[in-house]
Amino acid sequence: MNNYSHERSSQRNGSHAIPRWGALLGGSVLAVYGISRRSASGAALAAAGGLLALGSSRLASHHPSDIHAEASFTVNVPPEEAFRFWMNLENLPNFMSHLQSVRKIDDRRSEWAARGPMQLRIKWTAEIVDRRENEWIVWRSDSMSFPNSGSVQFRRAPGNRGTEVTAALQYQPPAGAVGKAFAQLFGKDPSQAIYEDLRHFKQLIETGEIATTVGQPHGRRSKIIRLGHTLFPDVRPRPVESVGRKTLEEAHAS
Amino acid sequence: MKALCWYGKEDVRVENVPDPKILNPHDAIIRITRTAICGSDLHLYDGYIPTLEAGDILGHEFMGEVVELGPEVKNLKVGDRVVVPFTIACGKCFFCEQQLWSLCDNTNPNAWIAESLMGYSPSGLYGYSHMTGGYAGGQAQYARVPFANIGPIKVPDGIPDDKVLFLSDIFPTGWMAAENCNIHQGDVVAIWGCGPVGQFAIRSAKLLGAERVIAIDMVPERLRLAEEGGAEVINRHEVDNVLTVLRDMTANRGADSCIDAVGLEASGHSLPYVYDDLKQKMRVSFDRPQVLREVIMAVRKGGTVSVPGVYGGFVDKIPMGAYMNKGVTMRTGQTHMMRYMKPLLERIEQGQIDPSVVISHVLPLEEAPRGYKMFRDKQDHCTKVVLDPWATAKAA
Repeated sequence: MNNYSHERSSQRNGSHAIPRWGALLGGSVLAVYGISRRSASGAALAAAGGLLALGSSRLASHHPSDIHAEASFTVNVPPEEAFRFWMNLENLPNFMSHLQSVRKIDDRRSEWAARGPMQLRIKWTAEIVDRRENEWIVWRSDSMSFPNSGSVQFRRAPGNRGTEVTAALQYQPPAGAVGKAFAQLFGKDPSQAIYEDLRHFKQLIETGEIATTVGQPHGRRSKIIRLGHTLFPDVRPRPVESVGRKTLEEAHAS
Repeated sequence: MKALCWYGKEDVRVENVPDPKILNPHDAIIRITRTAICGSDLHLYDGYIPTLEAGDILGHEFMGEVVELGPEVKNLKVGDRVVVPFTIACGKCFFCEQQLWSLCDNTNPNAWIAESLMGYSPSGLYGYSHMTGGYAGGQAQYARVPFANIGPIKVPDGIPDDKVLFLSDIFPTGWMAAENCNIHQGDVVAIWGCGPVGQFAIRSAKLLGAERVIAIDMVPERLRLAEEGGAEVINRHEVDNVLTVLRDMTANRGADSCIDAVGLEASGHSLPYVYDDLKQKMRVSFDRPQVLREVIMAVRKGGTVSVPGVYGGFVDKIPMGAYMNKGVTMRTGQTHMMRYMKPLLERIEQGQIDPSVVISHVLPLEEAPRGYKMFRDKQDHCTKVVLDPWATAKAA
């Protein structure tokens, strides 16, 4: 449907991927160890290990492929404003939870850093390969460690109801099959993650902040709830220094 | 600070917790001078609303003094006296622009939970489960108020807390319930439930020009209060069939509009009640929709059903045939607070209504657990509990 969608990478780089049998074995060991602990954390380990082993066995039955994720969200600003905000790539970590920083090198190239599975830090250089003013941006990275590409499209919504923003990402999971299994294990279905990123983009560009309750007071939490918060930490981007409309306006101006 | 925390079914405790902090640029911190227990808090108390976590601070009706402001709140000053609406709205999204404030797109940090249950998420709410944001509530000494540039309304000094506190929820909620009835000259409005929201719906329907208001309940002091508000009353303990009585009272026309101000914990003794109660106790269902069924049956052809009562999940045995074939309109939703707070404050200032009439008990915050039990069990003629976060509890 869109004239800038990417060819799926047919080349599959398996050299740095941990073999699937490794995930299966590792997961099973984790599961057995977890069960032997006979405690809440042990149960969690067992579950994690079991899922990892299960994930790897599922993967084994499929032809391996890149991860492709896509989501759309309507934001209540004109396409020009949404495009301008996104073109300043250094804004992206403010609403994309996995990104740590984006630094501009020149008009086309930028250096990106992200948190991968197990807090692994990944860095790559991306290049804007195509753009049309107020309509779309396409970027690509041929980085050896993390080949990826992405695009974002802006369409005026009917009836003057803002802009339909569609973002798509395509990448090879950095740690191969284990990375993918882990990504899914911790609730990071890639399309769901990009959907939440777009929701944060919407909140930030419409209101100047991302709604949060992290850091608010509460009474004593039970062990199970504390475990839940440890396993699924709130990773939504925290407000940068001096957040708010002003920062946004500065961002627009730059 | 002291705050009322939820730990499970019928288990709420006042605990020492950290003071709230500014987390986002549109935040304010309020020193709470008055707060209240809402009938809808009883659904939390009874464990019927999913996604609460042990340790959550409850409460969504509160007012107080601004003590700290985020850098982007320009319309308030430290020291301002404000009432805080229970729905949180950003003021910038499509829904806020349509004045549909309780449907705000941007204030629920856990929108994904609500989306999985309802398709789309309503706005964030204070102290009302993580599905609607998990914001710490106002039954406390301080509260963080997000998007304070949009919600809180300043109130003048001369008017006591107890007269304006209910601008935070139940007065606008009763008002919107009556407004949703689209009242015309000569209309008969029937209202199920004479709790606080029902009381405000009665008075609002009168102010909006209803010819007759008929109120239905079984608690004598609540029926008396309804009569004082201008309603004719039906005590359902004294009649066999409410529908037949309503039909007789309207010479077979039926009520033009019916308001369900009861929601998901309707009580009764009939067979359908036993069925609903059993399902709810088994957690097959969160709701006992007996009143919802009754209002659809009772409303006249082409009439309106207005539902301010809270429902949580899925209901069954709804008389869809009656709803469809009689051409009934149903209007509902959490209250679009920011539409109503200012005009209703003016009505209070003009003396058209005194919201404090519903208060039966003023307790120190420390006695809130007793307040919940008393309000839930309707002990001691309890109609509404107001809490003072700073008063010290009397020795028992």
